[in-house]
Amino acid sequence: MTGFIIRRLLLGLVTLWITSLIIFAATQALPGDAARSILGRSATPESLAALRQQLGLDKSVFTQYWEWISGVLTGDMGASLVNSLPVTEVLSDRLVYSLFLMLLAAAISVPLGIYLGAASARRRDSAFDQTTSVATLGLAALPEFVVGITLVVVFATNVFTWLPGVAVTEPGVGPWHYPKQLILPVAVLVIAVVPYTARIMRASTVEILESDFVEMARLKGLPEQRVLWRHAVPNALAPTFQVTALNLAYLAGGIVVVEAVFNYPGVGLLLVDSVRSRDMPVVQAIALLIAALYVVLNLLADVATILVSPRLRTSLE
Amino acid sequence: MTDAVVVESVPDLDERPIRPSRLLFSTAWRQHRTKIGLGITLLIVGIAVIGQLYTPYPPDQGVENLFPFAQPSSDAWLGTDALGRDVLSRFLAGGVSVLVLAGLSTAIGMVLGVAVGLTAAYSRGKLDDVLMRSMDVLLSLPQIVFALVLAATVGPELWLLVLAVGLTTMPRAARVTRGASVEVVEKDFVRAAEAIGLPRRRILFSEVLPNITSPLIVETSLRMTFNVAVVAGLSFLGFGLQPPAADWGLMINENRNGLTIQPWPVLLPVLAIALLTIGTSLVGDGISRAAIGIERGRSASE
Repeated sequence: MTGFIIRRLLLGLVTLWITSLIIFAATQALPGDAARSILGRSATPESLAALRQQLGLDKSVFTQYWEWISGVLTGDMGASLVNSLPVTEVLSDRLVYSLFLMLLAAAISVPLGIYLGAASARRRDSAFDQTTSVATLGLAALPEFVVGITLVVVFATNVFTWLPGVAVTEPGVGPWHYPKQLILPVAVLVIAVVPYTARIMRASTVEILESDFVEMARLKGLPEQRVLWRHAVPNALAPTFQVTALNLAYLAGGIVVVEAVFNYPGVGLLLVDSVRSRDMPVVQAIALLIAALYVVLNLLADVATILVSPRLRTSLE
Repeated sequence: MTDAVVVESVPDLDERPIRPSRLLFSTAWRQHRTKIGLGITLLIVGIAVIGQLYTPYPPDQGVENLFPFAQPSSDAWLGTDALGRDVLSRFLAGGVSVLVLAGLSTAIGMVLGVAVGLTAAYSRGKLDDVLMRSMDVLLSLPQIVFALVLAATVGPELWLLVLAVGLTTMPRAARVTRGASVEVVEKDFVRAAEAIGLPRRRILFSEVLPNITSPLIVETSLRMTFNVAVVAGLSFLGFGLQPPAADWGLMINENRNGLTIQPWPVLLPVLAIALLTIGTSLVGDGISRAAIGIERGRSASE
C-alpha cells in the first residue's frame, strides 16, 4: 500500500513540476513583454529597462525559471510588483480566508451529497429520487456567480435583507469572527459541489444494491436501513471520493468567482486583482498553489479510496 | 425502460450500425427533458441572435432625459443601467458574445481533444501514455484560473479567452474520446481497413470516429454548458468584452452596486445565463440517457 501511495505521490510531483513549467511558459511565450504591458505604451525606454531588470527579464529564460522555481522550493516567491511585499506575506492572510471557506463548504457538502445520493438510490424512481435528480442536474449546470447573485438578491438586498451581501472585514481578524458573512459564500460553494457528489453516490449505490453480497445481507434478514448504510454505502464511497476530490479541486476555480461576488478577501479575489494589475509574481504563486491543491486532493482521494474499500486494502498490503 | 422498444427494431448491431447518430437523436427526443431543454436553449439563442437586431435604443449610448438607474417607464421599459443606457437594449444585444465565445471555444476544444484522444487510443504504447499524461497535467488548473493566468500576461483579449477556454476543454474531450475509442480500434472492421492499407488518418476519421459519436455528442453539450459558465464568468470578472460593449456577464458586473434601486440590468442577464446553462445541460442529459438506453439494449440483444 505504501508503494502505491509513493507512486501516486511521485506522479503528483511530476504533474506539479510540469504545471509550473506551463505557468511559467504562459507568462513568457505569449506575445508582448511583461514590462511593456505593465507600464503601458507610453513607457520610456529607461523605465522599461529598469522594470525588466527588476523582473529579471534581461536574463535567459532558463535562468529566470530556475530562479523562480528554486525560490518557490525554499519558500521565497519573490515580491509583489504592486506593493513590494514578499508574495508569501501577501498570500498568508488571504490563504486562511480561502481555506476556511473551502473547508466549511467541504464539511457541509460532502456528507450532504453522500446522504442525498444514498437516500435517492434506496428510494429509486420515487418522487424524492426524481426531484433530487432534476434539482441536482439543474444546479450543477448553473455558474457560481449566477447562484451567488441570485442568493444576494433573495437573502441580502431585494427580497429579504437577512444576510450581508458583501464581506466587510478587517485585516488580521480571522474569517470565523464573521459567521453571518460566511453563510452566503459557503452556500454557493455547497450548491456547486453537492450535485456532483449526490449524483455519483446515487449511481454507485444503485449498482452496489444490485450486487450479490447485498442480496446476501438481505437474505440474512437484515433490515433495509442496515443493509444500505452498513453494507452498500461503504462500498459505494470509493468512486464518490474520486469525483468529490476533483470537484473540491475545481472549487478553487469557483472560489475565484465567489470571492469576487461577495468581495471576500481570499486568494481568489487576490488573483483577480493581481491579474488586473499584472502582478505576475502573485499570479504565478496563486496558480501554482491551486495546482498543488489539485494534486494534494487527488492524493487524499486515492488514500481514502484504499481505506474505504476492503478489497483494495487487503490486496495492496 | 421505454428505450428498449426503440432498440428492438435495430438490426444486428455487431457490425457497424447504420447512422448511429440518427437513432441516438430519435431516442433522445422521446425524453421530456430533451424537449424542454432544447426549447429553453432555442429561446435564449433566439433572444440573443434576433434580439440584437431589434434594440429600442443603441445599446452603448445613454437614453436622453433619463438618469442612471432610472426605473422602468414608457421611455425605457426596463429602466436604465449604471450609465443611463437602456437595459432592454443592452440585454437584447449582449447575448451573442457569450454564445459565440462559448461556441467557438467548445468547437476548438472538441476538435483538438478528439484528435488527441483518437491518436492516443489508436497508437497505444508510449505515445498514448505521453499524450494522456500531458492531458492530465492540463487538468490540474481550473479553466477559469488557466484563463486568468493568460490574461495576466497579455491582457483581456478575446482571442486569448477563446484559446484558453478551448485549450482547457481539450483534455476533458480527449479523455472521453480515448475511453470510447479504445474498444472500437480493436474491432474487425478496423483490422480490415488496416489490411487494405488505408492511411491512418482515414482509419481514425472515417472508421473509428463514426462509432463514437454518441459519447462525443454528450460531451459536447456538457462542455458547452461549462464553457458558457466560464466565458460568462470571465466577462463578469472583467476579462471578457470590455466596456462599453454590451455583454451579459459585463452587465451583471457593471450594475451590481445598484441592485437595490434597479435590479433589472442584473436580473435579466443572470436569468438568461441560468436558463441557457440549464437548457444545454438538459439536452445533454437527455442524449446521454438515450445513449445508455441504446447501449443496454445492444448488449441485451447480443
